[in-house]
Amino acid sequence: MSPSSDAKTTPKITAQVVAKVAHLARLDLTEAELALMTTQLTGMLDHFGDIDKLDLSAVTPMAQPFPIKNVYREDVVVPGLDRQEVLDNAPAPQDGRFRVPPSNGSES
Amino acid sequence: MTSEFVSVVDIVGSIREGKTTASDVLEQHLARIDKRETEIHAFNHVMAESARANAASIDADLKAGKERGPLAGVPIALKDNMCTRGVPTTCSSKILEGWKPPYDATVVTRLQQAGAVIVGKTNLDEFAMGSSTENSAFGPTRNPLDTSRVPGGSSGGSAAAVAAGFAAASLGSDTGGSIRQPAALCGVVGVKPTYGMVSRQGLVAFASSLDQIGPFTHTVADAALLMEVIGGHDPLDSTSLDQPVPSLTAVLGQGVKGMRIGRLADMPDGCEPEVLARLDAAFAALKAAGATIVDIALPSLSYCLTAYYLVAPAEASSNLARYDGVRYGLRVESADLISMYGATRAAGFGAEVKRRIMLGTYALSAGYYDAYYGKALKVRRLIANDFAAAYQSCDVILTPTSPTVAFPIGEKTSDPLTMYLCDIFTIPTNLAGHAAMSVPFGTGAHSMPVGVQILAPALGEPTMFRVAAELERAS
Repeated sequence: MSPSSDAKTTPKITAQVVAKVAHLARLDLTEAELALMTTQLTGMLDHFGDIDKLDLSAVTPMAQPFPIKNVYREDVVVPGLDRQEVLDNAPAPQDGRFRVPPSNGSES
Repeated sequence: MTSEFVSVVDIVGSIREGKTTASDVLEQHLARIDKRETEIHAFNHVMAESARANAASIDADLKAGKERGPLAGVPIALKDNMCTRGVPTTCSSKILEGWKPPYDATVVTRLQQAGAVIVGKTNLDEFAMGSSTENSAFGPTRNPLDTSRVPGGSSGGSAAAVAAGFAAASLGSDTGGSIRQPAALCGVVGVKPTYGMVSRQGLVAFASSLDQIGPFTHTVADAALLMEVIGGHDPLDSTSLDQPVPSLTAVLGQGVKGMRIGRLADMPDGCEPEVLARLDAAFAALKAAGATIVDIALPSLSYCLTAYYLVAPAEASSNLARYDGVRYGLRVESADLISMYGATRAAGFGAEVKRRIMLGTYALSAGYYDAYYGKALKVRRLIANDFAAAYQSCDVILTPTSPTVAFPIGEKTSDPLTMYLCDIFTIPTNLAGHAAMSVPFGTGAHSMPVGVQILAPALGEPTMFRVAAELERAS
């Protein structure tokens, strides 16, 4: 993915970019989904190009409606979630833990 | 339109006076569910058994002279993205099918403490992404007033449940209009409170800086009562406003004399003429009641759609990263961890959710962040500035809630952008973090209901409810 040098230029989206984004999002898309997604994202990003004509250089970004500050509570022990109730929801609980496949791709 | 059903206020009064019981009220609602739910599909899960037990316990307590709270015996439905301990919470997604949360959302706890009887979990667009409730993995909800049409969305099940008399009230969540638009399309009242007024703890996150829970009801007074029950500070939500919810039931009779009502000088294209006619009638009613109409401008309004459809998917792509097949929900087994993630998420998410995760991941990715997400946050500031300037000269702003009445099922599913345009009037409120509500105000094309939207600044709920009550009196 090549970074755009100019934030004012709307980058064109390609099937390669869509495939890369799908990998970043951990979504296995089929060939048909990749093709459809490329078309649909292109259409949306074309529409979203409307904000390119605004001069936003002096505008402060707004990520939250109101300023957020840290919220603290007294450091006292309170009951947590019920362990068994939590594990009952897991697809593969084992010995009180969450079992997952190996991260390096080979079964031990 | 829905006057055949009894309001929350009347149910509470009748039970308290001993004219009826919580169990009788519940059975009337369950009977309507039996009769029409197959056709409408408002619910993912009806909780008849636990509701009957709760109603019986409330009746026993009331008989023994015990106080059970301001909503004692009121049947209420919950959008299926609010956590209910031990009761399935799916977000209408296959990826959460069968998940039973180990805790209750704060709003659920507050409703139960107020004596409400939870009747079920309502259908929604998967993870609240949509404007028609057609994106549910479990099939669409139909509009009770015309079942060939959508109920709106994403809280379509909650709107339909109230409109069909399956529940006296319900809760929905509103990220870009998901309470107000379905309320308008189903002919009920829907409120999107000021950001932070109602706790989001236990609401499955879609876009955390935009999401807010609010009520659906038949009347404005019912909505005010529900707001007083579910609102107020919650230490478990770090974005919860540290103040009590203002009194709303007490201000409903105060009228609008001397109030300044803002009217958009430039109305965006695409509104049905019947919708605009109802808006004009609403202005006329408020003027007749002593308010002044003031022309205002929101120059950045047309850019809100772009800002929203970059900010909301960006936050969603991050929030939905937790559905990875490890701790809960669906898992598609695979040889290694990364391919398990990819296969699980491919199988568990529907098309619209995948589209928004892709859009959001793209908008946040290296090289594109400044061009999309960064710019969207600046446009968000512009709309907030527009509102601040407009509220110098008016107290509230009136717009249509939706440019059209409820549309036929399937009409907008092929083109995502067309669907996104449904939200043009509702999105700005969420971007700014302000309050807004939709009040039914007559009918438009095909005799379907039209909603008028009242927009108010942050914490402007008392003023907003006074206007809503006046419109209700005039409708």
